[in-house]
Amino acid sequence: MSLGRIARYLWPAVPVLIALVITGLLLVVFGVSPQAGFGAMLRGAFGDQSRVLSVTAFWVPLALASVGLVVSFTAGLWNIGVEGQIVIGAIAASWLALKFNFSGPLQIIFELLAAMIAGAIWAGVTAFLKTRGKVHEIFGGLALNNLAIIFTNYLISGPWQPPEGGTFRGTVPFPTKALLPLYGDSRLSPISVVMVIAAVVIVFLLLRGSYWGLKLKALGKNPSSAFLLGVSSERETILALMFCGALAGLGGAVRVTSWFDSLRQSISGGIGYLALLVVMLSAFRVLLIPFIAYFFSAVLNGSITLQLRTQLHSSLGGILTGVLVLMVLLFGELRQLKRFSEGRVSSRPDE
Amino acid sequence: MLHFKMGRVVFLVTIFALLAAACGAPATEAPPEEFVFGVILVGPKNDRGWSQAHYEGGLYVEENLPGARMIVFESLNPADKPEATLEGVVDDMVAQGATLVITTSDEFEEDTVGAANKYPDVTFINASGDDAWSEGMDAGVAPSNEGNIMGRMEDMKAIAGCAAALATETGKMGYLGPLINFETRRLTASAYLGARYCYENYRGLNPDDIGYTVTWIGFWFNIPGVTLDPTEVVTGFFDGGADVVLSGIDTTEGIVVAGQNADQGEKVWAVPYDYEGGCEEKPEICLGVPFFNWGPAYLATAQAVSAGTWTQSWDWNPPYWDDLTDEVKTNVGWVDGPGLTAEMKAHLDDFISGLASGDIVIWKGPINLQDGTPYLAEGEIASDNQIWYLPKLLEGMEGSSE
Repeated sequence: MSLGRIARYLWPAVPVLIALVITGLLLVVFGVSPQAGFGAMLRGAFGDQSRVLSVTAFWVPLALASVGLVVSFTAGLWNIGVEGQIVIGAIAASWLALKFNFSGPLQIIFELLAAMIAGAIWAGVTAFLKTRGKVHEIFGGLALNNLAIIFTNYLISGPWQPPEGGTFRGTVPFPTKALLPLYGDSRLSPISVVMVIAAVVIVFLLLRGSYWGLKLKALGKNPSSAFLLGVSSERETILALMFCGALAGLGGAVRVTSWFDSLRQSISGGIGYLALLVVMLSAFRVLLIPFIAYFFSAVLNGSITLQLRTQLHSSLGGILTGVLVLMVLLFGELRQLKRFSEGRVSSRPDE
Repeated sequence: MLHFKMGRVVFLVTIFALLAAACGAPATEAPPEEFVFGVILVGPKNDRGWSQAHYEGGLYVEENLPGARMIVFESLNPADKPEATLEGVVDDMVAQGATLVITTSDEFEEDTVGAANKYPDVTFINASGDDAWSEGMDAGVAPSNEGNIMGRMEDMKAIAGCAAALATETGKMGYLGPLINFETRRLTASAYLGARYCYENYRGLNPDDIGYTVTWIGFWFNIPGVTLDPTEVVTGFFDGGADVVLSGIDTTEGIVVAGQNADQGEKVWAVPYDYEGGCEEKPEICLGVPFFNWGPAYLATAQAVSAGTWTQSWDWNPPYWDDLTDEVKTNVGWVDGPGLTAEMKAHLDDFISGLASGDIVIWKGPINLQDGTPYLAEGEIASDNQIWYLPKLLEGMEGSSE
C-alpha cells in the first residue's frame, strides 16, 4: 500500500478525530475526564440489549427520512420541510388508528400507506409552491413544518383530546392492532427495520440504475441545461420532493405506532433536521445513510447516560454530532478545492 | 467503487470500536452507605418555575439526608429530547443504584406506572399525579411501590385571589391560565373563591360584581405560533379594564407587562406564580407570590425509603400555616409582595389566619358550576375529591371550562 493510498483511507477519520478531540476538550473544561464521558456515552448506547433496541428504534424514522432526503438532494433540492412531512405522516397514521377500524393487518397497512400519502402531499405543496409560486423550498418547507406542528397541537388539545381533558401530552393510546408489533418490551418493531432496508435498496437502485435517477442527477447538477435537454424540471422537482415526503411520512407513522402508542405533542422533535445533518455527512451516498444515522442515534442515546452519569447537560451529544458535521463539510470543501486545482469537476449534487 | 465506500465505513466503525475498548471506564457502583435518588424534570432545572422548585427540593434532600446523592435529568419532553424516554432514564438511574425515583410532571404519569411495574424494589413518586389515590379516578392503577405527592396550592391561590380583590379598583381581574385540566381549573377556581370572600368581607362590596376572566394560553409557557402570546393576553386584560393580573403559567409575562403599564402611570398589580422570587421582576406592583416547596415532603420520603419504612400513599400536603415562608415545614407557601399596603396586608393576614384556623372555608356551598349546575349545596363543604376533580369553572368566572 502506497503512502498516498494510506492517506486516502485515513482522510475520512480526520474530521471524526477532530470532533472527538473538541468534545473531549469540552468535557475536560467541565471537569469530566473524557474517558469517563465517552465511556458513559458508549454504555448508554450499547450497554445492554434494551439500549441497543432503543438506539435502533430511534434510528428507524431518522434513517427513513434521511434516505428520502438523498433523493431530493440528488435533484438539488433543500427539503427542510422533511420535519413537517414526518409530523403530517404521524397525524395521518393517527387519524386512521383513532377513527377507523379495519380488519386484521389491513389496519396497520392502511395507516402506513396513509402516512406515506400524507407526507407526499405535504411535500407536494412545497414543490408546487416552488415550481408555480417561485417560493424557495427552504421557506415553503419551514412554513409547512410550523403548520404541521400547530395542527398537531390543535388536534391533541381539541378534537382528539383524551376524555379526561387535554394535558397537551397527546391522544389516548391506540388499540393494539393499530400498532406495529414490537420486539419484547422494546419500542422497536422488526418490521420497521425491514422498511429501512427496503428504502435503502429501492433508492440505491433508483439513483444508480434508473432513467428517473439519471434525470434527477441532471436536474441537480444543472437545472437549466437539464431543461434544455428535455428533463421536465417541474415534474422531477415535484416527484423528488414527494418521494422524500412519502418516506418521511412513513417515519412519522413509525414514531406513533411503535416509539409512542399515540399522537404526541412533539411527535418528531427535530428528527427531520437531524436527518439533514445525516445526509450532509453522507455526502448524499445512500449506502452510508443507515450507518451514519445509527451513529447519530447512538450518540444521542448515549448522551442521556452521559447527562445522568456526569450531570453535564446532555446537549454535549448534539455538540459532538454538530462539530462532526462541520468538520466533515469543512474537509469535504478542502478536498473539493484540491480536486478543483487539479482540474477535476465537482460531483457534488448541490453545486 | 462501492467496495471503497464500504471500506470507509468499516474504518469508522473500527475507530469507534477502538475508542470503546480504550474508554471501558470503570463502573460507578454506589457504595452501600450512599442513598441514591433520581429526579426527572420536564423542563430545565433553572426555569425559575415548576422544574426549578422540584430541583431545589432534591437539593434540600441532599443537604439534609447524610449520604444522599441526587441524579437529576432535565427537560425530558419530546420536543427537547425526542430520543429520550422515561423508561430509559429510569433504567440508568436504577443501574446507578437509585432506590427512589421522583418524576415531576403529570406528563410522566403513565410511564411512571410502567417503570414502577418494571422495578418493584424501587420506590417511585409521581408528583402532582393521582394514580396512587385510593379514592381517585385512577385508583388501583399505581403498583404498591408508587406514591403521589402534591402540595395544596389551592390555599395559596385563594390568598392570591384575596390579595387581588383587596387591591382592585376596577373590580376586574384577569387570570393567565396555562392549559385546561383538573389541576389548572381548581387552582383558578380557588383564586376566584378567595377573591369573592375578600371582596365581600373586607371591601364590603358585592362579590357578584367581580369581573374575573380566565384566558388559557394553551401551555405552561409561551411557544411562539403554538400558544397564545401571554404578553398580548395580559395587555388584553388591562385594555379590558382589569387592573390585577394573576398568573397561572410558568413564566413571568404577567408581572412584566403589568410593570410596563405601571411605568406608564397606570395603577395595576400582578400576582406571579411558582417561584418564590417571582416578585423581583417589579416589586412595587407585586401583591405576593404563591410557590411550591417540595423539600420537606421529598426529604420525608427519602428518609422513609432509606429506612425501609415507606408505604404507598397519595399525599396532598398542606401549608405550615404558622409561617408560610418556612422552608423546613411548609409544602406550599405565600410571600407578601411590596405592592400590598398596610391596610391590605392586615386584611390578608386576617384571611390567612381564618383559613388556618378553619373559620374561613372558601370551598363551601352554595357553589355552582359555570353553566349554573349546582355543585355544592348551601353549607356543604367540598371533599378533596370534589376539589381535585373540579369538572368546570365556577359560576361568575369568564373563560373556557374545557
